[in-house]
Amino acid sequence: MSNPRDILGPQRFSQSHAAPKLIPPNASVTKRYFIRVVTGVTSLLTGMRVTIGKFFDPRTTVTQQYPENRDELKMAERFRGRVVMPHDADGEHNCTGCTLCEKACPNGSISVLNTKHASGRKILGKYIYRLDSCTLCNLCIEACPFGAIEMGTEFELATTRKEGLVEILNKKAGRL
Amino acid sequence: MEREQHIEVRPPSAGGNTEEYWLNMGPQHPATHGVLHLIVRLDGETVREVKPELGYIHRSVEKMAENLTLLQNIHLTDRLDYLSCHMNNHAVCMVAEQACDIGVPERAEYIRVIVSELQRIQSHLLWWGAFAMDIGALSAFLYGFAEREKITDIFERLCGARLTMNYFRPGGVAQDLYDGFEQDARQACSDILYALDEYQRLVTGNLIFQERTRGVGILSRDKAIGYGCSGGTARASGLDYDVRRDDPYGIYDRFSFDVPVATAGDCYARYEVRMEEMRQSVQIIEQALKDLPVGPIQAKAKPVLKIPKGLQVFRQVETARGSFAMTAIGDGTATPLRVSYRSPGFMHVAALHEMSAGFKIADLITILGSLDPVIPDIDR
Amino acid sequence: MSEPAVPSALEPASATETVAAPTSAIADWIRDLCGDQEWLAWVVITLIGLGALAALASVSAMVLVWMERKVSAHMQLRLGPMRTGWHGALQPMADGLKLLFKEGLLPRTTDLFSYLLAPFIPMATALLALAVIPFSETWQLADPELGIIYVAALSGMSVFAILIGSWGSNNKYSLLGGMRAAAQALSYEISLLLVLMTAVLMSGETAMQAIVQSQEGYFWNWWLIRAPGVGFIAFIAFIISATAELNRAPFDFAESESELTGGFHTEYAGMAFAMFFLAEYVHLLVAACLGAVLFLGGYLPPVPALAFIPGPVWLLVKAFGLVFLFMWFRWTFPRLRIDQLLNLEWKFLMPVALLNLLAAGALRGWGWL
Ligand code: SF4
Ligand code: SF4
Repeated sequence: MSNPRDILGPQRFSQSHAAPKLIPPNASVTKRYFIRVVTGVTSLLTGMRVTIGKFFDPRTTVTQQYPENRDELKMAERFRGRVVMPHDADGEHNCTGCTLCEKACPNGSISVLNTKHASGRKILGKYIYRLDSCTLCNLCIEACPFGAIEMGTEFELATTRKEGLVEILNKKAGRL
Repeated sequence: MEREQHIEVRPPSAGGNTEEYWLNMGPQHPATHGVLHLIVRLDGETVREVKPELGYIHRSVEKMAENLTLLQNIHLTDRLDYLSCHMNNHAVCMVAEQACDIGVPERAEYIRVIVSELQRIQSHLLWWGAFAMDIGALSAFLYGFAEREKITDIFERLCGARLTMNYFRPGGVAQDLYDGFEQDARQACSDILYALDEYQRLVTGNLIFQERTRGVGILSRDKAIGYGCSGGTARASGLDYDVRRDDPYGIYDRFSFDVPVATAGDCYARYEVRMEEMRQSVQIIEQALKDLPVGPIQAKAKPVLKIPKGLQVFRQVETARGSFAMTAIGDGTATPLRVSYRSPGFMHVAALHEMSAGFKIADLITILGSLDPVIPDIDR
Repeated sequence: MSEPAVPSALEPASATETVAAPTSAIADWIRDLCGDQEWLAWVVITLIGLGALAALASVSAMVLVWMERKVSAHMQLRLGPMRTGWHGALQPMADGLKLLFKEGLLPRTTDLFSYLLAPFIPMATALLALAVIPFSETWQLADPELGIIYVAALSGMSVFAILIGSWGSNNKYSLLGGMRAAAQALSYEISLLLVLMTAVLMSGETAMQAIVQSQEGYFWNWWLIRAPGVGFIAFIAFIISATAELNRAPFDFAESESELTGGFHTEYAGMAFAMFFLAEYVHLLVAACLGAVLFLGGYLPPVPALAFIPGPVWLLVKAFGLVFLFMWFRWTFPRLRIDQLLNLEWKFLMPVALLNLLAAGALRGWGWL
């Protein structure tokens, strides 16, 4: 870390923030003592004014009454809850089984198991998603060229059942 | 019983029939900010020796990184210093960009700076609250969090996550700004400035706080250099070094900002430096928001990023804690041969003994708090 | 200069008069019932009084716990408990039940006798101190002639609980907390006593009831205001040393959560912890009542016209005001360091209290009070 600007310079702060220097340098011991007592007590009172202000001002409350406000809680549009595969009205999805998402996933949370269509072409059979090892990193969604998967906005992901953590996202096998 | 070998029977300290003893602080202790384990040798209340012991949250991130592509590595760095994950991501992205020669569009560069600085403020706010709580001002903790929440909400709307953002990509950022981001960021900045004044009244000026921090935990400039300290900790000891200014990355050289430096090297100096850094970050954000260009947010990158064989890339960034650096060596495949991270917190904790020996046990907590440790960053 | 009036309290109190029997309608009624069996009346009245005290202590501890939670929450931008009853009013009950059903842990290395003994002491001293607080002219369980000395003695007792408990826990954190508490209590006891003596000197009384009576009239007769300057300084010194005696932030070294995890009660769980916890709040109430009695006219209304509101209400209003002040301190200030705490006592508070005592003596001597 050799740097030409490495010098023991004076303190550089914008003045508004620098600590007030109320005690004159040549003050006698007694004077210092009294100045300290007075400024000290004032500083304590200023602090108390801040907390009492918060105490009496209901607008400052920031916490939410969580389970009660479930209905109003709207997560942000981009919120990364869990990987979901949207299905249209006919129950169809867009996944072609290209396995790009599987390759993109750093944790091996996705397994794309393909089957053969009657016509002999490869289609998606099972799309296995493991929430327990997913870090919600969004890489699979970015990798998918068909927009077949996206992030759900569900945020209450805690569960007491281990089985629910591994699921099959597609409701039926893929189309051609 | 391994531990007992450390215990040396010392002659009683001067002036009393006393005996020194060892105290295990942590890994479960309210003031160690996670699972740091401090083995402290005490003489009454006075600290004689501090031995930090790590390893409670070791996850082999560097080894894991060897099996993942650079793109996949980004989300692992979220989990090092989780309060500076944008900056950590930036380091990985810059390594990838340098290794594979990817340019970054203007707009993406600006976005990177804005979110990094927002996160610096966010991290410092959390540190402020935790530091004040270490000293015993319990309400301040919640005040810090309340202010931090505003920035966290912005991040949530921007990239969908509140803590592990994974937002930067080699060659840009993952998503464009959402509508109303600029207004939110401006609002957050003005709120922060207002809040900082309030913090000044509540904590900074407080007599007890000043008594507890001034002259406590002094780290001299030489020792700071010797231990490899960086960031606010080093700047509080008079080391005028900031990666953003002295080894500019991204577009940091376009902004004018001060690097606060103090010479006292005590807890109060570290406190003041960090408080001032928040104000400087607000300045940078305001400048960046003013010049924010329109355009693409991601360069056309190759689908697979390979570090050429034998190439070693080193990039460092200034996180909220200090200089975070990533070194990657390529072997021509998609995954790097070796990755190594330099995390700032490790050096700071190493210097803990230097700072706290001779002070009281309560000061040890103050000193640890003033270093702003994030344990997953220290212990990768 | 004329001979200064000798305050009555300075005359030696005769031993037989030390405990005045409580007088109230209920007591008279019970005495009537018992006829000439005076010992029976004494036993019944004492038992009823003790029961009432225990009830008051537990109810007020609950109220204070709730208040602490709410005050801290609103100062910290939170709402605090909201679900148990109206604004969480039943939360202390829930807390208590939870602690009751928790396992009382006995760590293997404890010194069992002292470990189990300690939790009882603070509650006992708090209840004993509450016994001499006058809630009105007649509502007072006992009014010993040396009431103030008695309270001071009890407040000195409560540090034993911390010491014994921390020693018995056989834990380094506990021991550190206990040693800190001992150093703190030893030092602040001095200024507390000096302040109490100032009050005694101002009023010329040592019995609680008499001290309240000496502030009869309008609120400017309260010792806080009546003794020019002296009363105010004594009040401030009282607040500081009471905060220290109560082990509350910014002087909560015995616990100092962020340093010593839990301080002296690190090893305690379940009901044993609850005893420490509740006793802390009863002590808080006692200290607040003491402050109200000494400086704020006790159960007397601020203007005589408001006398239709009963005395206990006035006392509790004043006491809870002081309790709020204590809580306000706790949720605003950082904690001092142990050596700074002792410096504050020996270099600032004790000299001030001592000078104040001299000033009070001078005022009294010149007959200005
Ligand atoms: S979000 Fe990330 S971890 Fe989860 S399945 Fe997708 S790529 Fe894998
Ligand atoms: S989800 Fe997308 S990326 Fe994954 S297999 Fe289906 S089409 Fe391919």
